[in-house]
Amino acid sequence: MSNNPYSTPQVLSHQEGGRPLEVDRLHKNSGWRLYFQTVIARAYPRIIGQQREKSWLFFDILLPLLSVCAYVFVYRAIKAPEDYIGFVVVGGAMTAFWMNVLWSMSSQLYWEKEQGNLALYIMSPTSMMAVLLGMALGGLLATTLRALVIIVLGSLFFHVQYAVVSFVQLFAVFILAMFALYGLGMMAASLYLLLSREAWHISNLAQEPIYLFSGFYFPIKNFSFWISAISSIIPLTLGLDAMRQLVFKTGPSLGFVSVGVEILVLSILSVVFLFGARLMLAYMEKLAIREGRLTENRR
Amino acid sequence: MQATDIQTTKKNIPLYLRSFRMAAWLGWQIESNWTDPFLFAIYSIIKPLAGAAILVVMYSVITSGDFASPIFSYIYLGNAFYMYVGAVMSGISWAVLDDREHYKTLKYMYVAPINIPAYLIGRGVAKFLVGSISVIITIVFGVLFLHVNVDPLAINWPLFLISLVIGIVMLAMMGLILAGISLLIVQHVWFIGDAVAGALFLFSGAIFPLEVLPVWLRPFGFIMPVTYWLELLRRSLVGRVAEAFPTLSALNNLQLIGILLGLSILFGIVAQFLFRYCEHIARERGLIDMVTNY
Repeated sequence: MSNNPYSTPQVLSHQEGGRPLEVDRLHKNSGWRLYFQTVIARAYPRIIGQQREKSWLFFDILLPLLSVCAYVFVYRAIKAPEDYIGFVVVGGAMTAFWMNVLWSMSSQLYWEKEQGNLALYIMSPTSMMAVLLGMALGGLLATTLRALVIIVLGSLFFHVQYAVVSFVQLFAVFILAMFALYGLGMMAASLYLLLSREAWHISNLAQEPIYLFSGFYFPIKNFSFWISAISSIIPLTLGLDAMRQLVFKTGPSLGFVSVGVEILVLSILSVVFLFGARLMLAYMEKLAIREGRLTENRR
Repeated sequence: MQATDIQTTKKNIPLYLRSFRMAAWLGWQIESNWTDPFLFAIYSIIKPLAGAAILVVMYSVITSGDFASPIFSYIYLGNAFYMYVGAVMSGISWAVLDDREHYKTLKYMYVAPINIPAYLIGRGVAKFLVGSISVIITIVFGVLFLHVNVDPLAINWPLFLISLVIGIVMLAMMGLILAGISLLIVQHVWFIGDAVAGALFLFSGAIFPLEVLPVWLRPFGFIMPVTYWLELLRRSLVGRVAEAFPTLSALNNLQLIGILLGLSILFGIVAQFLFRYCEHIARERGLIDMVTNY
């Protein structure tokens, strides 16, 4: 017999004077159980679903790898020191995270609106923050796999030499940078609740300028102090700078500030962005409902 | 003959022109009317300048700002003109997915009295125009602030214009090939245009001489018309600076134009047949109005 509580035998039992229908229904979680259930449910398609579409896996790795190769050959053409090749490989791998935050976090609520899912999210008895956390968690895990593949392939193709100073600090920098980055993505997602057709263009615009100012392909120390400091609002700027200092021989001499300071700033950014995301989401959700933008579909 | 076949095979110049003109206007509206003209202009300028600035900073870091070196002009101009590749190719092929999946109007295009290939090429015009603005601004910025060696009085204008026109037609044909393939693929493979543009960026010597590539990868560059197109554009703008690089130094301008023209015609023929073939398959399988948004 089917386990579905709405299957025919149970409906019949109710009609025949059995237990009330409410008792036969599925158990419903609430509170923190529902919260974590939502996080896992939203992360699931990001981790499992995306791996099922093999073409996505292939192109998500190929496209950043093509850029990495092009920039590596530029450095080779101008006879740059070998560590710069490594900078490009690591920076190229980290572009996967920025792309994920931009297109699969920030823009996600806009896509959901376009497809008519956003109103369903809002109507459901769960928290939108849990939905965003699920997206972030799933996106982070799936993208980490892709970034690792890019680093491994890039390192093999171009014989990159690493000299890791501290694995503990490296792990801490990566985790903090990801917390802050995905916190920023969640904040941006709440802003995108209000956007319509312009969302695509804004995301498209936020690629190259961020690659430039965050120093994806070169050390940001080459900018003036204030440009580097302002760029540090994007967590990948300091995250990348710290990682380069920790894994390359010449890294420390090309670093913007010390790794300790960068870890401290990343910790602050993580807290600020995650807390800010919560506040902004609550505000923007109310605003979007008030202005009737949740179901808007301006094509 | 089926009614739908008439629209795409009829040899009717006014029909082609009308389809092209209306598609160009439509494409421009879609590209630009999401915001006010000022914001649109800012948007059109920032992205390409930031892309060029990445290369400028990379170059500056390693060479301590030796912008007078010929390799800088090579990299800068190659990168600037490469903007056309993504704009024209993706502009044409993306129109298929945009119309079929987003606006859901491709089926109406097929029952309208238009020529579909002309319509799709017209849809690429808006991106070509925006791309042209980006290319001009990038080059002017390079000349004014980065000592890119372009002297307007020394430019070989006939060579530049001929190369530019042949190149744009060639890119449009490559876009039509991708558009044909796009008729058969699902929406989530939207990145096919980016993938091809990325591969061409790597293999066509856009931002580094082909000699830098491993020997076994260089042949890919030599069969790509974009390689010859970019070389001609560089030669027309910076003359002997471009000829200093060994990749195509054995070939004179006329030979390069011949190769570019030959490859463009070849791609044009392939585009014509491949698009018709893909279109036929798409109709057979009922893909023209299929929404694959899963």
